[in-house]
Amino acid sequence: MPMVEVAGKSFEVDEEGYLTNLADWTKEIADYLAKEEKVEMSESHWEVVNFLREYYEEYQIAPAVRVLTKAVAKKLGPDKGNNKYLYELFPYGPAKQACKIAGLPKPTGCI
Amino acid sequence: MAAAEFEVPTLTEYVDVPKIKEGAMAHVKSFVSPQVTQEFMGYPWALGEDWKERALFKMGDLLGKYRSLRVFMDACVHCGACTDKCHYFLGTADPNNMPVARQELMRKVYRRYFTLPGKIAPWLVGAEDLTQETLEKWYSYYHQCSECRRCSVYCPYGIDTAEITMAGREILNYAGMGQKYSNEILVKVQKIGNNLGLPGPALEDTLAGLEEDIEADTGVPVKMPLDVEGAEILLVTPSADFFSEPHVESLIGYAKVFHAAGVSWTLSSKASEAGNFGLFNGSYETMRTVAMRIRDAALELGCKRIIVGECGHAWRVAYSFWNTLNGVGYGGDDPFARKLQEQLDSRYPQPMHICEYTWDLIQQGVLKFDKSANDDRVITFHDSCNVSRGSRMGTEPGGQFTIPRNIIRAVANNFHDMDADTIGEATFCCGGGGGLLTDDLIEVRVKGAYPRMNAFNNVAKGRQVNFLALICAICKAQFTKVFPYYGFDRNMVGGVHQLVSTAIKLD
Repeated sequence: MPMVEVAGKSFEVDEEGYLTNLADWTKEIADYLAKEEKVEMSESHWEVVNFLREYYEEYQIAPAVRVLTKAVAKKLGPDKGNNKYLYELFPYGPAKQACKIAGLPKPTGCI
Repeated sequence: MAAAEFEVPTLTEYVDVPKIKEGAMAHVKSFVSPQVTQEFMGYPWALGEDWKERALFKMGDLLGKYRSLRVFMDACVHCGACTDKCHYFLGTADPNNMPVARQELMRKVYRRYFTLPGKIAPWLVGAEDLTQETLEKWYSYYHQCSECRRCSVYCPYGIDTAEITMAGREILNYAGMGQKYSNEILVKVQKIGNNLGLPGPALEDTLAGLEEDIEADTGVPVKMPLDVEGAEILLVTPSADFFSEPHVESLIGYAKVFHAAGVSWTLSSKASEAGNFGLFNGSYETMRTVAMRIRDAALELGCKRIIVGECGHAWRVAYSFWNTLNGVGYGGDDPFARKLQEQLDSRYPQPMHICEYTWDLIQQGVLKFDKSANDDRVITFHDSCNVSRGSRMGTEPGGQFTIPRNIIRAVANNFHDMDADTIGEATFCCGGGGGLLTDDLIEVRVKGAYPRMNAFNNVAKGRQVNFLALICAICKAQFTKVFPYYGFDRNMVGGVHQLVSTAIKLD
């Protein structure tokens, strides 16, 4: 498996650049992964990423898109609680790109 | 990552047969399945010293088990009828994506080891040794086939390339080259209960959230029951319906239909997946193991009917294989299958497609609609390959084509079909079916969608169509991803029951 070096430490990622070990995740790694994805992290991005990590910790899976949009609406305002806004933040798709930056495994299936 | 690193085909009025480009897609290699996944599936995770013996053993095994495979190997007369029928050939111009050439990759090995002339004089009959290079080609091109069976419609001998691709993938797995995407999904469905890996508590939380949404939206307490013992209907649907947009809109639609019908129904956390990637992999044993979860859930919950949600290949497996796989549909003959058959209500077809169920209720006058609620949409319908060419709906021939369209016409005012050569049994695949719905195959997916996108573009331009209605989770995810490559908004993609959901009147 490929390794990446962030702040003097090296970490294992899979072929697509997803972090192999959830526990390795740090904010610096998130910044690095975001840069790889050409995503500039704003406060709104961090709200999403932090929510993903909290949800994953409780349920061992990333939240469904509906669950995520509702959480975003609560934190950032109802006008932002929709799929369109999430795509603006994470153009390659909120489920995959946001999970990657949050250090979560890639969601699989017919999605 | 979002920008295309390949040329997206230009949309034109007609799909021209392209001038061939030798090796245009030879670079494509889907990620190979890692050790932990292959071990769980019972396959080696690399080519060992005996890879060739293993590959040939498995090929012989499949040729012995499936008479069809041997006939398909022998029967081709190279007439060329299939050559321009594959969406991947039309979109990539790679001659190995012509169905006959895809078959030939296996056929030349078959001739060499399983026919007398090929054993004695291989150079006379186009027989070739199985080399690692050939195996690599198999891996590449058997993952550029979505097993959609369009070519088989036009083959005068009825040769089914899908079955050859399935066999190819099973041989590859057995030799030690599995595909990461499909095999990881098959592990998750067996370990956790669905392709996504959505555990029971997360499913419960998601469904509770959806109930809140529907009530906030309509004022009606429509329920999304989970693991309810004694419920009349067990709904088995793709797990993407819980997770993704636009899939979830159809799930809401099914729930509203059940609510309006006043029946008791339930989802199951054990059988929280309709999809069955065992079909794509060509392993009957895997397909059976995955299908068994549904029988187990139905027996545990005591349901009288089993209904399948909007999922193309799941419906093929349910309609055409469940019978003998797990006994739903009165074919299985073991104690548990017999028990299930006694339990299920014989007045209804088992299993039943959600479209059959909704259409029955519409015909009975049970459901009421405000069709004008869909007036902002001008709709067309994409026939999913596995539903069109691998199953049926209703009691009339072609019911799988008429029933979804009848539903759309009952809930919306504006509907136009795409070109006749691209729908019905001639439907073009979305480009992401058969285990190809993965980011590492995005080039294959975008190019494979070209014939369908052309047909859609024509009705979008000519008829102002702005909504592509679907009954398959793979189609939904694939079009959501590839629409923007062709300049269309991803929100133009949705489900048939999303349209039902918009128009249905609830009390």
